[in-house]
Order: sequence, then structure tokens, then C-alpha cells
Amino acid sequence: MKLSDLSAFELSDLVRRKEVSAMEVLDSVLERVQAVDGRPGSLTNPLHPSESEDGKLVHAFITHTTERARAQAQQVDRCLALGEDPGPLAGVPFTVKDIFCVEGTPSTAASRILANFVAPYTATPVLRMEAAGAVMLGKVNLDEFTYGSSNESSAFQPSPRNPWDTSRVPGGSSGGSAAAVAACEGPLSLGTDTAGSIRQPASFCGVVGLKPTYGRVSRYGLIAFGSSLDCPGPLARNITDAALMLRTIAGPDPRDSTAAAIEVPDYLVDLEKGVRGMRIGLSPDYFQITYPDPKTGELRQEPVPAEIEQATLRAAGRLAEMGADIVEEIPMPHTRFGIPVYFVISRVEAASNLHRFDGVKYGYRISEPVGDLFEMYRKTRARGFGPQPKLRILMGMYVSAAQYSEQYYNRALRVRTLIRKDFVDVFDPGGPHRLDALLTPTTPTPAFPIGDVYGDSVLMQFADQLNVPANHAGIPGLTIPAGYDAAGLPVGVQLLGPDFSEARLLRIGRAYEMVSENDAWRERRPPVVVEFG
Amino acid sequence: MSDAITPEIFDHLVLLAALELEPQEAEYLRSELNKQLKAIHELEAIPLDPSTLVTSHGVPYTADITPHIRADEWLPYPDAEKILQQAPQTEQDYIVVPDIPHTELE
Repeated sequence: MKLSDLSAFELSDLVRRKEVSAMEVLDSVLERVQAVDGRPGSLTNPLHPSESEDGKLVHAFITHTTERARAQAQQVDRCLALGEDPGPLAGVPFTVKDIFCVEGTPSTAASRILANFVAPYTATPVLRMEAAGAVMLGKVNLDEFTYGSSNESSAFQPSPRNPWDTSRVPGGSSGGSAAAVAACEGPLSLGTDTAGSIRQPASFCGVVGLKPTYGRVSRYGLIAFGSSLDCPGPLARNITDAALMLRTIAGPDPRDSTAAAIEVPDYLVDLEKGVRGMRIGLSPDYFQITYPDPKTGELRQEPVPAEIEQATLRAAGRLAEMGADIVEEIPMPHTRFGIPVYFVISRVEAASNLHRFDGVKYGYRISEPVGDLFEMYRKTRARGFGPQPKLRILMGMYVSAAQYSEQYYNRALRVRTLIRKDFVDVFDPGGPHRLDALLTPTTPTPAFPIGDVYGDSVLMQFADQLNVPANHAGIPGLTIPAGYDAAGLPVGVQLLGPDFSEARLLRIGRAYEMVSENDAWRERRPPVVVEFG
Repeated sequence: MSDAITPEIFDHLVLLAALELEPQEAEYLRSELNKQLKAIHELEAIPLDPSTLVTSHGVPYTADITPHIRADEWLPYPDAEKILQQAPQTEQDYIVVPDIPHTELE
């Protein structure tokens, strides 16, 4: 066991007790990164995944900030030598999805249009991590502007691979974060979740991912996608680490008026108090998947694959062993409309947010001579944006146009009300169901092969169908590893709860970890780590 | 069923979006948009009560969790040069852009 294999909780404990130095921890993690990650994504890398070592390594990073990390680790060690408190995350290495601004670092959003942008300020969640003594290893890859569920849309290639099978995607959009955490390239990563972008890749990579309640974590310094949906949150290898990180990054922020003015509980205090008496629901609406028929494009519904269903039912059974009441047949009738609603709302918000990228104030500008300002806009945006941002801009403009907005945008906002109501009703303490949480599969499938879905924007979007209702409703969602399928790919289960119920979800997740800690599947490690790490 | 987003509508959207597309890329994007629109039409299957209001944020911002509006104070960024350095083209302390076409308003 190397230091890089330890959890954030274990590492901070060792560092704070001076049993190891922050520099020793950093060196161990950098050695792991060197062994398993390969070259970082860049605009100029040719892509030959099957013909070179690229196909065998993780490629989580876009930018390494090693010197910054060394300076931070030295600062932690200096604090300890002087008898000062370096913070609860003392010496814990972490990575940051490259959708957050961090002062002095390239902050690219995995897009050509921001490839040369060096942020002049730092996002609040990153500032809070660093203030707590955590050490930033670098910026990790994602789908361009977070638009995707596989990381294949990144302009920075090679895009990340799944550490459990490097011929498969890590999920997305926080794919670099999930892959890095799974491959022990830092025990924590800061991601974002707009429609499952923390939970889906976490599930694909066999790690814990938490989408907090909207407003629980400040969005200051986050390059915006869907401003009413975006939630920064932690990815970690276990529940305790996710709780530790959420405690660090959550809370009001004078720089973000949507950061809720609500006290942050100590998520660690009640973590191991179990689930006895909790009511945990199962909904048939989360055991159905919708997907477009490859030939006709018509939407079809069918049950989730048996292995996904069985993993969820097994988790329910284990929680029942711990004393939870499992309540079946919970109606969530508007679940299937989550993706159509998302196709409208997220596009309108994305189109609005993407208008700022115009080649004037920062980022890419076309170098060839142009006739006038408008031509510069058009050519800069045409070359700077990849197909995913372009699709979002165009759809956003269409569905919000004056003649269509009632039919599409306003209707989607009203259906969003119904999706939210589904959750409000089942969590209502005075209602017929009185659930503490809903337990569902996290994803309709395990990680899919690279190239299988990319290019079909509708099919790709439906990969998020079990996650996106929580974003519409604003509620928190947690994914936890729940075993592996027959091919050895991780399968996750999702817990959904009422607004600001993160402590409860983490407690249920920890209960599941405790009851399954001696299961044989808990011993598995990603092949890339076993082979190269 | 014919495409809702016709080539003519698509070209108008491209203009509004300040984009410029190669024909092959344009055809791919238009085709994807029409597929997405097909999925969006699922929403028409939901009977909506006229009293159903819109939800712009999932979590309701009640008075007890809404942050106080902070004072509107001017806080100059300490290093303007750092911000100007990000601009593709500057002259002295100005950001430079190509000629701005002027249109006579009717």
C-alpha cells in the first residue's frame, strides 16, 4: 500500500500527526500520476488510442500544476513545524475539473476558444480547498464546456479513459475527475453536475460522487453552463472523504447570490449512525429507460438491464439488513420527461452563457484578417467552438425564439415544476410516502466503449436520464459503488433526498459501505493501477 | 415527417448565433437539432393544468435561505494589467477590435 492509495481522511490524519510530510504525500501521488496518466490532453495531440500507450493510460489531466502543488505542500509542512494548524485537509492532493477558474492557471473548459485563457481569479470552492490545506495537483479534462457524458467532446486529446477498462469512456462531463480519483491520482476531485456530470462518471469509474443541493456550494469562478442547474461537488473514493470535502466547500458566499444562506452541518458527525427506521423508496419509474431507436429515432421504453436492476435491489436488501424500511412502488411519473425538459432549459441557458465568448476580451481570436467585427465574431466562434457548444447555442436560440418559446421553453419550465413536485410529494413528512431517500440505479448502463455513442447527441443525452430529474428539482444526489457487472465494470446506485439533506444521504451511503465492507468486490482495483501503478 | 428546422430556419439561427459553418458541418448539426427536437416533442404528451407555474430554480429561495444583497460597492481589481493581458489585441490600455460596421437606423 502506497501513500497515494490512502483516503483523504487517512492522509490528512497522518500529515497532521506529522507521521508523514505533505511533501511525501505529494511525491507519492505524483509518482502515481507519472505511472498511470500518460500525456495530458492538448489541442495538438494526434489521437491514436489503439496504436500506442495512449490506449492503455488514463489521460485525466489537461494541466499539471506541480510547482504550485510543491509550494502548497511545503507551506503545510512549514505550518506544522511552527505548531500552526494547516487545516482539516492538510496535505491532501486534489484535482480540479478544468471548468473552474484558478488564478494563474490555464482555465480552458476543454475548449479551443479558451485554450489560452489564464484565469485572473480563483473559484470559491477551490479557494476553500486550498485554505483547508489541500494541495492542487492540476486541472483535469472534461467534455467541452461540460457538454457531454463521455469526455470524447473535449478539444484536448487524448480524452480521459476509464481506469477499469481503458477502451471505455470514463463518463462525463466530470470524466477526468472520476478517472483521476479511481486511479488514485489524488483522493479528491472537484467536479460539477448539471445533469449527472458528477454522478454518471463517478458510477462509471467506481467512485463516490455527490451532487449537492443547488445553492449548497458557490458557483463563483465556475464557467457557467446551465445557471439554474450547475452544482459544484466532490468526487472521492469513499463516503467519509466526500463528506470531508463537502464540509470544506459548502456554504454561503458573498460573491454568489445563489449560494444559499444556510448553515453547513458537520457531515462527519452522524455519518456512522446507521439507517435504522429510515424509509428508503424504490420507484418503478427509475427501473425504466428511454432511448431513441437507432433506425427510426422514435423513443422507446424498456426495463433497465438486469445487472443494473439487481445491483440496486441488492443494495436495498443490504440497507434493509441494517434496519431501513424499503418502500416499493413509489410513483415518480414525470421522470421520463427529465431529458426532454433538459434539452430545452439547458440549451437556452447555455446559449445565453456562451455569447460572452467573442474573441474580444479573452480567449481565442482568429488570426487572419477580417473585414469587420461581425466577421471576426463568426469566424472566431466557428473555429473556437466544437460541435457540442454549437448545437447548444443553436437549439437554445430556436426554442427561446419569440414564436416558439411558449411551445418549448415555457412548457419545459412548467414540466420542471411537475418533476420537482414528484420529489416534494414523496419526501413530504406528512404525505403518504414520507421517504427519507429514494434509491435508484445511477446509470442505465455501465461505461460504454469509446466511439460507440459519440456523434449521436440524442442517445448521449439519454445516458443522463436517471440523474437529470434531481438537477431540475434542485435536490441532492449521491452515487456510491455497488459492485461490478459480469465484464468487471463498476455499477453504481444513486440516493436522492430532499433539499439540503446531504448529511442524510451520506449517512445512508456510509451504512452501505459498512455493511458491504467485507464483500469480495471491495478488494478490486482498476487494472491500470495494478499494471502500471 | 419533414424537418421542423428547415435549411432556411437553420441559416437564420446560424446568423443569430454569430457562427459560420462548412456545409458538411451545417448538415450534421441541423440533423442533430431535428433529432433533439423530436425528443423535445415528448413534452406535448403531458397534460398541463393552466395553474401550473414555471420553475426557474428547483430549490425555492425562501426568505430564510436567500442571502442578503451586499452593498453595491466599487472594488477595483488590483491588477488591471493582468486582465488586459488576456485580450487578443490591445493598444495602450484599450482593447482593440476590427472595424465596427455602422448601420443607419430607419
